[in-house]
Amino acid sequence: MSIYPPPPGWFKAPHGAERLWVGLAMSWCLMMFVAMPYWHFYGKQNSTGEAYRVEPAAFAQRVQRFVSTNQVGELNGIPIVQPAPGGDAYLQAQMWSWYPILKLKKGQTYRLHISSIDLQHGFSLQPVNMNFQILPGYDHVLTLTPTSSGEFTIICNEFCGIGHHLMAGRILVEE
Amino acid sequence: MTTTTISGDAPLAEPRGNHAAGSVRACDTTGLPVCLSAQRFMKLHAVTAVVFLLIGGIGAILLGLTRWPAVHLLPADWYYRILTLHGLDMLIVMILNFEIAILYFAGTTLLNSRLFSSAMAWIAFVLMLVGAVMFNGTILIGKADVLMTSYAPLVAHPLFYLGIILFAVGALVAVINFFGTLYIAKRDHTYEGSVPLVVFGATAAAIIAVVTLLHGAVVMIPTFLWSVGVIPSIDPGWYRVTWWGLGHMSQQVNVCAMVSVWYLLGALTVGAKPISEAVCRGAFVLYILFINLASAHHILVDPGVGAAWKIWNTSYAMYLAVLASMIHGFTVPASIEVALRAKGFQRGLFGWLANAPWSNPGFSGFFLSLVIFGFGGGITGVVLGTQQINIMAHNTLRIPGHFHVTVVGGTTLAFMALTYYLVPLIFQREFYAKTWCRIQPYLFGIGITTMAIGMSFAGSYGVPRRHWDVEFTGAPFAPAFDSGAHVMLGLLGVGAVIAFLGLFLFIALVVATVFFGHSNAGQPMQAWHVDRRAAAAIHPTAGAGGEDQRTPGTLLLVLVFLASFAVYYFANWLWLSDVWHVR
Amino acid sequence: MAQKDPGEIHPLQRLMDNPWLLLALGVVIPTVSYTLWAWFELYNVAPATLP
Repeated sequence: MSIYPPPPGWFKAPHGAERLWVGLAMSWCLMMFVAMPYWHFYGKQNSTGEAYRVEPAAFAQRVQRFVSTNQVGELNGIPIVQPAPGGDAYLQAQMWSWYPILKLKKGQTYRLHISSIDLQHGFSLQPVNMNFQILPGYDHVLTLTPTSSGEFTIICNEFCGIGHHLMAGRILVEE
Repeated sequence: MTTTTISGDAPLAEPRGNHAAGSVRACDTTGLPVCLSAQRFMKLHAVTAVVFLLIGGIGAILLGLTRWPAVHLLPADWYYRILTLHGLDMLIVMILNFEIAILYFAGTTLLNSRLFSSAMAWIAFVLMLVGAVMFNGTILIGKADVLMTSYAPLVAHPLFYLGIILFAVGALVAVINFFGTLYIAKRDHTYEGSVPLVVFGATAAAIIAVVTLLHGAVVMIPTFLWSVGVIPSIDPGWYRVTWWGLGHMSQQVNVCAMVSVWYLLGALTVGAKPISEAVCRGAFVLYILFINLASAHHILVDPGVGAAWKIWNTSYAMYLAVLASMIHGFTVPASIEVALRAKGFQRGLFGWLANAPWSNPGFSGFFLSLVIFGFGGGITGVVLGTQQINIMAHNTLRIPGHFHVTVVGGTTLAFMALTYYLVPLIFQREFYAKTWCRIQPYLFGIGITTMAIGMSFAGSYGVPRRHWDVEFTGAPFAPAFDSGAHVMLGLLGVGAVIAFLGLFLFIALVVATVFFGHSNAGQPMQAWHVDRRAAAAIHPTAGAGGEDQRTPGTLLLVLVFLASFAVYYFANWLWLSDVWHVR
Repeated sequence: MAQKDPGEIHPLQRLMDNPWLLLALGVVIPTVSYTLWAWFELYNVAPATLP
């Protein structure tokens, strides 16, 4: 039994159902492994971790410049900002808000730079249900193409203090 | 009888124990040699584990009743505080204490050896206890509202980090004590040939514990120094990668320990034998080499680390460690099937399963743990840990949904099942209220599974984990989760209540028995319904010849498992294809 | 019971019977593959240009 030392000569290859199962399981595992690089090259949703080092103050300044040059409106006191299609957009996470509100166009690709100016935050776009980690000191760049239009809410899903559950923002996507 | 040794030295005598006179007793049930020093520490660690299971469990029900929106019990600050406490007390304190008890058992009783060092065992125990009290205290006074992960730049009081460091050092000392025991057992020739499979599995757990605790030291010591102002800052990306070396690798200790306990309980409840020592041990070796790579699961949507690192590591090296789990998923039930068929339960595909000792809580807890872990935990874990699928799952309630089936429905339930033997055999007390004992694993298993289903489905709607208010009351915008999400959160709450009843019942039964139960010293433990005929009939050196090794029932079960796996896996890729394009 | 001749023990069994070798491999492999490789990637993160 498993509680006694095994009889000598225990090292034997599997046979029968056991061997069949090990073979099946191994094939399934290889299949799953291949799926990821496949999707990396041919799939449209990937997390490549593209990022750059940045000082939080420098990032905040760049966000302000982005807002002043591209602002097109305001909602609940927060600027609505429309980046150029194919261009760079900036989003700042902080205790406890997302700034600014981005106005994007469906089917257009943007280089979205997201960083935090204080703690770690979780970028969670609903109801798309797309989630990325946001760290202070890192400019996390997502090459993003909205494939649906409407009003989307960004919530924070990384604990960031007592106001964590109040942290919500918006992304607007027009047709 | 003389034997030749592997190295060709002079012939050694029969293996014999290395205990000092009067420091060992023969178990009245199994005949195995129980080192009295190891027994003392098994009891100390097991009792500590149960105490923290209670503390963590009270935390659990408070949290469950808070995430159930209709109840929303705790205020926000206490929710995050209790969440910190619950995570650390369950995932670190309770479970590592139990595992050290298992290591002390495996290294001594199953190898006919004394414990390497009582002094080290005391140091380990005291450090772990002092450390645990230190960080529990810091949390309860509100100085460490940072959650179990304490992600920098969130900062806690220095005693929080110091407590964790002391606990980790203590645990490492206990693990070294286990390796020391392996060493002297081999040196003193207390056993012949290779170690028993359960000991091999415990060794795998101990090896993983070493890597885990080394990562813990490397992340916590600088963080502690930062919290007292000696180091100016901690890079958050570096912190996350290194912390999860502690955080996830510790869960892999749990996997190895749980699987070892499955084999142990298979032997104790139905006299099962491993159908292939080579295959089972090979699977443990795959765990040792590759399972720790899966800490990458937590870093899949992080900035700074690239796709190649993410894909290679999250796959546990081409899923070799997943292959190991799938192997145990076959060999464990297969050994049960062979053992029960040998007792005459041959009818059809599942006659053996229908006639298994389901009223033995050591068996029911073990088998439920196997099914819940395999179907629930294994499948969700691999899928959520798929690099791209993680984009939909990171930091949603799907994650706690996954790990409550693995570490609670899997490991904790297996440990509860083992306790139904630990108490009669090591504490030498007969359980009270045996009918309640028989019910307890089902109550806990059903509760946890229900709760985890609620969590997983709510998370699929996007509901975040570690979040006090799903309604976002007072926030400038609200995501307005689907009403289905609310139903699922209600299911979470109901499941949590049932699971807590199962947990509390377990603790009540154990405490009542350990302190007030009747001693069974001098006689075998009362059978839960073990068929001793079959246990005695299986001589340790009996070969496979002459026994029916067919396992058609298990083969069907694992094929159903594989089919479920495939369906869930492809369904998730399909859902992913609806997400915005992102790179 | 006689042991097998030393030459007949499969190399994989020798690996499995050697907890110290397993400990060394079990520490080195994940540390290199998961930890050191990740630290290397993070260390090489380039400065932002913020275009």
